[in-house]
Amino acid sequence: MAKFALPKNSTITAGKTHKAEPGSKNVKTFKIYRWDPDDDANPRTDNYELDLDKCGPMVLDALIKIKNEVDTTLTFRRSCREGICGSCAMNIDGLNTLACLKPIDEVKGDVRISPLPHMPVVKDLVPDLSQVYAQYRSIEPWLKAETPPPPDEERRQSKEERAKLDGMWECILCFCCSTSCPSYWWNGDRYLGPAILLAAYRWIADSRDEATGERLDDLEDPFRLYRCHTIMNCTRTCPKGLNPAEAIGKIKTLMVTRQG
Amino acid sequence: MATETSPRAMRTPLGRVRGLGSAKSGTHHWWMQRVTSIALLPLTIWFVISMIGLAGAGYLETLLWIGKPVNAVLMISLIALTFHHMAAGLQIVIEDYVRNEAQRIVALLLVKGGCALLALACTFAVLRIAFAI
Repeated sequence: MAKFALPKNSTITAGKTHKAEPGSKNVKTFKIYRWDPDDDANPRTDNYELDLDKCGPMVLDALIKIKNEVDTTLTFRRSCREGICGSCAMNIDGLNTLACLKPIDEVKGDVRISPLPHMPVVKDLVPDLSQVYAQYRSIEPWLKAETPPPPDEERRQSKEERAKLDGMWECILCFCCSTSCPSYWWNGDRYLGPAILLAAYRWIADSRDEATGERLDDLEDPFRLYRCHTIMNCTRTCPKGLNPAEAIGKIKTLMVTRQG
Repeated sequence: MATETSPRAMRTPLGRVRGLGSAKSGTHHWWMQRVTSIALLPLTIWFVISMIGLAGAGYLETLLWIGKPVNAVLMISLIALTFHHMAAGLQIVIEDYVRNEAQRIVALLLVKGGCALLALACTFAVLRIAFAI
């Protein structure tokens, strides 16, 4: 059966509390999931009290402040701090999102932060993404065409054809959607998940691509595609406002259409 | 994540993800689940209204109602579609939650066999009434 309860060594225990500097007025508590692969301890939740008057507006600003000034052992991924690299995807206040795009004042009460759900944890807020990356590779996310491009010119596409890719090329592969999907939690080894299916549809919808049928063949599978039960968590959580559920629906429609 | 990440599993992530390849099926199952659910809407409404109409009716009156050709045909359609839809839905639940391959295949066969038997029994009952009257 699918596992619904955490194994014993994953049960989260209470951790340390780092108090705010004395005299701080605007204090907010950040409750952050911590796990270190180098000791045998269970994961714990550490509390960090920060003075928001001395902190930037986003959750990522708070994480960087903690790492720089309070606890250098806190581990997380970050790079662009403007929502384009997808590195700082994590679960904040119960919703997967990008720490750099999430304003602290949108969170009522304490700010609970944990890694993307249901992925193996490398350390603290860093999930192991090797499976999703391999799944992305498996849908062959590049243009496949036998017709050579016109000499000294790029492949032509009308404005209408190009417009069909809007809402898909914007995906930054942060995997907030895939890790919010219960179907992906239970069957992630075989179900491709919303992020990868959105990427797959991006190439199916590309007028320059000549491998549409082949791509549909590869997706036509009870697990790879049809584990999607339109739960819609993917669309709700996407920090870029994209709609993976709609793309999956369009793939299913094409599957029926080609049956004749 | 569902994959067992045992240190002895040396297969690459891409090899694991590609696995046994695409089954090239699932579309018919998915489409039929939609089609049966839409077809069941009017059939179920007809059935509920008919049952309300038969409230308080006697045994013989009910038999005569089932025996009418239109009612018998619609009843058999309702039975076939209901059990088809039920089997399709339960199949999804089993595929979602039963991880062990052997257990999954056995559970699927039991559910499909059970639904087929129930559908046959119900159809037989309607036919027996229809042909006896």
